[in-house]
Amino acid sequence: MKRLITVIAAAAVALSLTSCGYNTIQANEEEVFAAWGDVEAAYQRRMDLIPNLVEVVKGYAAHEKDTLTAVTEARSKVGSFQVTKDVLKDPAAFQKFQSVQGDLSSALSKLMVVVEKYPDLKANQNFTDLQHQLEGTENRINVARVRYNQSVQKFNTSIRTFPNSLTNSMLLHLDRKEPFKSQEGASTAPKVKFQ
Amino acid sequence: MKNYLLIIITAGFLIPAAWSYALEVPALKGRVNDYADMISPEAESLLEERLKSFEMSDSTQVVILTVNSLEGDALEDFTIRVAEKWKIGQTKKDNGVILFASKNDRRMRIEVGRGLEGVLTDLLSGRILDNVIRPKFKAGDFDGGFLDGTGSIIEACRGEFKNDTPPGSSPDNESPIGKYLIFILALLYFAVIIVSRFSKILSGGIGAVSLPALVFFGFAPMGFAGIIIFAVIGFIAALIIPYMPIGGGTSGGSGRSSSFGGGGFSGGGGSFGGGGSSGGW
Repeated sequence: MKRLITVIAAAAVALSLTSCGYNTIQANEEEVFAAWGDVEAAYQRRMDLIPNLVEVVKGYAAHEKDTLTAVTEARSKVGSFQVTKDVLKDPAAFQKFQSVQGDLSSALSKLMVVVEKYPDLKANQNFTDLQHQLEGTENRINVARVRYNQSVQKFNTSIRTFPNSLTNSMLLHLDRKEPFKSQEGASTAPKVKFQ
Repeated sequence: MKNYLLIIITAGFLIPAAWSYALEVPALKGRVNDYADMISPEAESLLEERLKSFEMSDSTQVVILTVNSLEGDALEDFTIRVAEKWKIGQTKKDNGVILFASKNDRRMRIEVGRGLEGVLTDLLSGRILDNVIRPKFKAGDFDGGFLDGTGSIIEACRGEFKNDTPPGSSPDNESPIGKYLIFILALLYFAVIIVSRFSKILSGGIGAVSLPALVFFGFAPMGFAGIIIFAVIGFIAALIIPYMPIGGGTSGGSGRSSSFGGGGFSGGGGSFGGGGSSGGW
């Protein structure tokens, strides 16, 4: 009886090692890429909205030139920064991506504060429509970032826990991925609220 | 190495931090979840009826939630958590909508599933909130606001999807093994006890084959490694069971409780990506 139990225990240990996590790691990495795709799409959506927004605001608040140019400049900086999946492999590029997008966020939120002074503009149907779209986009960015971070956490855990860590160091050689950090004022980022 | 560990640990703390201190997601009771008592019983049954018939024809699920207060939680954070938990809308179609209102905060939101973002855009849901619901809510006519609001939502989403599961078929595809689980376990239990009188290895074999088979066909298909693990567990269990007092024998099988009792309403597995619009009144 005792020998039987030892045999079974040994078999159980040996067999559980066959699940070395190779597939899990791959699946988790794909999940990160998919989540990153959503992040990129949400940011792109915001980029596409800005020219219209600037145009509408210009019509009513022409002397807020500084704020408007700040938004346009921040946008063009984001535009000149090429985003590919390689950003995920390069922590420096990832940092850069975060900071240019963060600059655009704060420029936008400044614009939205300035706009409060113009009741005519706030009553404009085009503007309220754009507001809804901008709000929706900011919310999507937020959701996409949270989900990206969750997938990164899952991936990072999966390459660093035993026995997957062995599989990774011997076969896959994947680095841990960078999560989004909430930068100062990020939670206050364009909270565009209008009653 | 130590640094790396530190980063991992702090990263692990950062992410859940975003979710802590958060208002708990209430249970999904039906299509109208009026926790704040904003809707009269007559309007509630009318809404329930209307949303049900819309789901019958289009498979699109529209659900209402009201709460007394967000308790300081951010509106959008709360509604996306509700959406993630309730999974309104059908799998793959992602055609769910949640109309949310917080009574004391005077805030509301339409949360739109991914599949409906094309028709019920942020813009349109914003207009529904501003032009349809808000005037009624402002006048204190919550019934009218919810009725007209859901009317506009249904109008926007109608025709986008079709219900292609024939009526009468159970919405959740529970496998037949699940229904007879207790019977099968009882049968296996007696088989193991009888066979173990003659051969321990043979009764172990029964466990090693039947447990992975049960799990595989009854609950979730799994990989090779999973089958092996369940086979080992089954083998050991079948060896131990004959020595256990009668009555404790069937405790090895984990019962499966359906998440919603009594033919109630449940989300179909739709996913949300943060689409929709927020507003106040």
